[in-house]
Order: sequence, then structure tokens, then C-alpha cells
Amino acid sequence: MAVHTSGQSVAEAAEPGRARGRRRDSAGAPGTFRRGLSTHWYAWTMVAPVVIVIGVIIGYPLVRGVYLSLTDANERNVERSIGVNHLPATYEFVGLDNYADALTGNQFLGTLGWTLVWTVSCVTVTFGLGLALANILNRRIAGRSFYRMMLILPWAVPGFVSVFAWRFLYNEDNGLLNKLLAGGGIDAVPWLNDPTWAKFSVIAVNVWLGVPFMMVALLGGLQSIPGELYEAAEMDGANAWQRFRNITMPGLRSVSTTVVLLSTIWTFNMFPVIFLLTRGGPGEATQILVTQAYKFSFEISPRDFAQSSTWGVLILVLLMVFAAVYQRVLRKQGETW
Amino acid sequence: MRRGIAATALVASLALTATACGGDDAEGGKSASGKLSGTVTWWDTSTVGSEDKVFKKLAEGFTKLHPDVKVNYVNVPFGEVQNKFKNAAQSGSGAPDVIRSEVAWTPEFADLGYLAPLDGTPALKDDKDFLPQAAASTKYADKTYAVPQVIDSMGIFYNKKIFQEAGVQPPASIADLKTVSEKIKDKTGKTGLYLRGDDAYWFLSFLYGEGGNLVDAEKKQITVDNPAGVKAMKVVKDLVDSGAAKTDATDGWNNMQTAFKDGKVAMMINGPWAVTDTYAGKEFADRSNLGIVPVPAGSDGQGAPQGGHNLAVYAGSKSLDASYAFVEYMTSAESQTTVAKDLSLLPTRSSVYDKPTVSGNETVAFFKPVVDKAVERPWIPEAGSLFAPLVTEYTKVLTGQTTPEKGAKAVGDAYRKLLKDWK
Repeated sequence: MAVHTSGQSVAEAAEPGRARGRRRDSAGAPGTFRRGLSTHWYAWTMVAPVVIVIGVIIGYPLVRGVYLSLTDANERNVERSIGVNHLPATYEFVGLDNYADALTGNQFLGTLGWTLVWTVSCVTVTFGLGLALANILNRRIAGRSFYRMMLILPWAVPGFVSVFAWRFLYNEDNGLLNKLLAGGGIDAVPWLNDPTWAKFSVIAVNVWLGVPFMMVALLGGLQSIPGELYEAAEMDGANAWQRFRNITMPGLRSVSTTVVLLSTIWTFNMFPVIFLLTRGGPGEATQILVTQAYKFSFEISPRDFAQSSTWGVLILVLLMVFAAVYQRVLRKQGETW
Repeated sequence: MRRGIAATALVASLALTATACGGDDAEGGKSASGKLSGTVTWWDTSTVGSEDKVFKKLAEGFTKLHPDVKVNYVNVPFGEVQNKFKNAAQSGSGAPDVIRSEVAWTPEFADLGYLAPLDGTPALKDDKDFLPQAAASTKYADKTYAVPQVIDSMGIFYNKKIFQEAGVQPPASIADLKTVSEKIKDKTGKTGLYLRGDDAYWFLSFLYGEGGNLVDAEKKQITVDNPAGVKAMKVVKDLVDSGAAKTDATDGWNNMQTAFKDGKVAMMINGPWAVTDTYAGKEFADRSNLGIVPVPAGSDGQGAPQGGHNLAVYAGSKSLDASYAFVEYMTSAESQTTVAKDLSLLPTRSSVYDKPTVSGNETVAFFKPVVDKAVERPWIPEAGSLFAPLVTEYTKVLTGQTTPEKGAKAVGDAYRKLLKDWK
């Protein structure tokens, strides 16, 4: 979450009413504040740069975004400075209208539905593949380090480069994938031109991009499980599946909960894959919330800043709710988070 | 967790911060001696690899006339320039001095206050010479905001060799188009027509052919979802479904040009801006293999959209005087002659058509009467906003995600939101 900047106020609790030789203000907040400041000024000074930077980089846009989502701001009514001409802002406050429109219209809910499908399928497949590969690479096999290198490759290539490479592969007439299929006597598949195939294609690319991260994280988790446990289990006659169920899975829990949470949030907002592969198309078939919000403020005209901000705020709320629920579930299971 | 917040905040802030991409602004204008000086940055949108070379050379020739002016030629992809210019123009930094603006964008940019009015400036020299339909899009609210650079329309480009093999004649109507495509498929195994499915501009000739239109600006009516509009959607869907045409939802331009240049499809619908690039294909090493005929007639007759490009000056330019002169130079009769000769693009000055090098150019000779008959679009500030909703539904119809009726209706609804007091 955001940064916690509460200086420890243990001192105040321990020493009630120390006046420090100054005239005390009326008891209460100002006094406490001042005392906190005088006791912990050093700590405050230390964190000040971070607080200021975070405030400028994250806080201001966030607050401004929330504010814009309560107005009817668009390209025609925001403030513009063109050379010497200065056009003042003329947009108005409209309250929660934008939210009402978004939540009652089909577009937001439809996009949200596909976004959830996309997130869940990407995360489950990535996690499953990552786990399988990590288990394979956790054994002593010939050329293990070479395989590891190769499997990390998708991660090492800049995202947009690999997405463009995929776009060439997927091309219906001249793409390598269809050329291979044609060699096998199979008709060309409209990878990016058919709504269902396009959904499948974007998920496939995102899985390909996401597996290395999962694999590396889970491999680290596997290597931290003591080998004695496996030996003991073997002595007790546990078969491979039982060892996996009862030692590997619990041993990986702390790592896997973290990577699943991270991966969910990243996938939910995975802008480049969708944008560069299909631009949300065909039609709006693969448009996720983030790319649609981008479209509102950059692709349609007049650009609808208000609607775009509304969607942005809704995305934020959804992810915060998800993270809170997720933490609660984990805490119930006795995980410290 | 913080990562997630940051990403979201970033998205939210995208809406607020327009990107500035920096540009060097020299103090421009006139020096004391009345000589022009400064830097003129021009954003050109012509096709890279064929048209851009000619335009770059032409633009840089401006410095021969005005040695103190530096011309900075930048080619921005046509598909991105509208947004890129808006970002830069709104924030007031990184915008070019001169932009090649598509005809429909011109009233929109002018309405947003991004363009400098050109009436009474040197940019509009001999403005009586411009073709009236080319000049129409440059006027907004009784002022002139741009100068017409090229004008265009569309026709069917066809591969004569494939037509001979199949023993067919170029189609004159949609029905012809289907029979011709079928014969070509039977005889050569090739697809008849490549129909661009990711750009709604390619839908217009079918819409006009059925007697439809996007909007009726005079009556302030939205007409895209009337019976003619629905029928046009049905026509394009039928072309794709019956196998007479193939289409793509992404990379349409590249796929279309590649398929046509390699002889994989026999026809495409396109305009003069594609001629130079098409000649570079292996099928057209012998240029006479390319034939052009008017777009196929629908049930209501033939109708191709009138398009083209204007040159406009950014209102916030630091070198206004140099920019006016640059625009005048780029749209002069001499420059237009060069462009017509080298690129087969249509001039906007009627006097240029009289020159033998221009009138002798086959493409120009073919397209001139087409342009004269072409359907003008409404030059309203929203003209540039009409394509985004249309292309979404058009692609949905072609890929079978919605019916022609629902698709046309959805476009109409989007237009009604855009044009509040229209019917």
C-alpha cells in the first residue's frame, strides 16, 4: 500500500506531559504534534524526500484523476495554452454521474468480464507451467543451466519487441504459424482476426511472457525446501505424488501466494500485450479495462478524460478490494502477510 | 502491492499529462532586414519508403529560397499523427510548426484552437486557383485554417495479368464483383478482392453506393443507421462471407499492399496515395500491369469518398512567418507539379492540371474525373470523430460479432452522443 510515515510515538505514551520548558499550548493535538516533531524531527527529515517524491509522482496524479472522474472534462473544455492563446478550463463538476454511467452501462461490465477471464486464465496457466518447469529444473538433469537460460529468455527480451515478433508470427497470410500449419495440411487460422482466436492468442502470448518469472520464483522456493524432508518421506514409503502434495506444496506456499498476487495485479493491468497485439480488436473483443481507459483519453475524439479517469479509479478500487480479500483469506489460513 | 497502485495511478495520470516530445524552437519570424529566419518543423504523414523521399527533398528545397530558415522534416505515421499532434498541441510543447492534416481533421483542429488562421497571410497566395472541393475542408467558422496540398478519391486497383488468366473484365457493380471474384477463384485459386477491415474509410464507398451517408449536415440528421447504412453493412459482410473478399482486423494496410503486390489477390480498393508503393511490388515491375477502374456501384450508383490532405500552421508556432512561407512553397503550382509527376498524387490547383507532365500521368488522368464526382464529407468539427465508433462496429460486423443492423444502430447511437442536438 502507500507509505507509512508514522514516526513512532512511543515516547509520547511513555512520558505524559513533558513540557520541555516551553509554554504548553492547550492540551491536545497541537501539543502532541509539536512534541512529536521535536522528539522525532530527525526521523521526519529522513523520510521527507521520499514522502515528497511519492506525493508528487503518485499522490498528485491520483488525486487529480479522482477529481477529473467527478467532472465532465474532455478535450474541448480543458485548459489549453497554444502559443499566446490561453483557453481557460470550462468543464463542470458532475458528481458521481460518470460512475453511474460506467456501472449501469454494458461496456464497463462487459470489459470487466473479459478482463477477469483474461486475468484468471493467464495466472492459472502461467502458475501451472511455471510450477511444472521449476520442478523439472530442480532435478539434476544434463544441461540444466542451459535450459534455465533458455527459459528465462522471454523475460530478458523487452516486452514490446517480443509482442511485435508474435504479431508477425500470428499474421494470417504471411505468418510463420500458419505457414507451419499449411505444411501440415491444415487451413490457416485467423489468429488475430476472429474474436475467439484473438482472445486465445493474447492469452498465449501473455503466458509465454509470464512463465519465466513464475519459474524463477518457484525454483527459488523449491530450493529452500530441505532435502531431508524428502528423504524422510521416502523412508516412510511416500510415493512421488504424495511427496509433492505434502512437502512441496506446503513448502512453496509463502512464495506462491506472493507471486500469484503480484501476477494477478500485473496481468489485470497488462497494457502492452493487448495494445500492441490487437489494439483491443477485432472490434472490442480483447479490450481490457486498462486499454479501454487509454482509448477513451487518447484514441477517440473528443478525448474523454472524465470517463477515462473514472475507469482508472474503478480499476484501482477493484484491485484494492482484491488485495484486501486475498490478504484476509491468507490470514485465516495462518499466513503472516 | 505498491506496484499495482503505481500502475493504476500511471493510467489515471495518462489522462492528465499530455506527453511532450521536445522540439527545438528557434526564435523565428523576420529579422530586421525582412529576411525569414527560424526553424520550421514539418510533420509529414506520407507513406514511408515511397512518398516520403519526394516530400523530404521538396521540403528541404525551401532552404534554397530562404537560406536562414532551417527545415526540420519529420515523418509521423498517418495512423498516429492525429493523437500525437493533439498531445503536443494541447500541452504547448513539442508540436510541429506545420502539420499535414487529413481533410477531416482540419475543422476539428481549428475548432480546438490549435491552428493559426491563414486569411491575409502569404500562405494563401493565389487561393482562387484551388479546386473548390479541395478548399472546402480548409474553411471553418468563416476563416481559412489550412491550404489544400493533395486531393484524392478511391477506385479499384486490379492486376491485369490475373484478370487475363481468369478471362474476366473489371467489375462495375457489387454483383459483378462477386461473379468476377468467383471466376478468379475457380481459374487461378486466388482471392478476388482485399477489403480493408480495420479502417472505416474503406467502408465509405459501399455506404455511398447504397445511397447512404454518415450524417446529413444540412438537416442535422444522423443517417448512418438508416436502411441504406444497414444495407451497406450487409453488402460488405456478404462480400467477406461469400469468399469474394478477404479481410483482416489488424495490420490491414500492410497486409493489403503485400497481398496485392505479390499477386495473391486480384483487386483492392485504394487511392492515388498507394500507387507509388504498389509499383514497387514484383507483380508491377511492368507498370502497365496495374489497372484502375471506378469503385463498384451499389444499388444506388457509384460513390467514392473525397479525401486528401491540407497543410496547416500550428497556432503556437515560434516561426509563424517562416511557416506561412513554407506552406505557400509546398502548395505552389511548381511543387504540386513535381509531386504529381513523381508520385501520381492529384494537385489541388486547377492550373496545374493543364501542364503536360501532369495531364499525361495516367493515374492523375484517371482520378481527376473521379474526384470531380466524389462525395464530399461534412466539414464539421466532429468530422474527425466519426471514424472511431464506425471502425469498431465495422470490424465487429465483418468478424461476425454483431449483425449489420445492430452494428449500424450502435454507430448511430455513438454519433447521437457526439452530436448532441442532432436527430
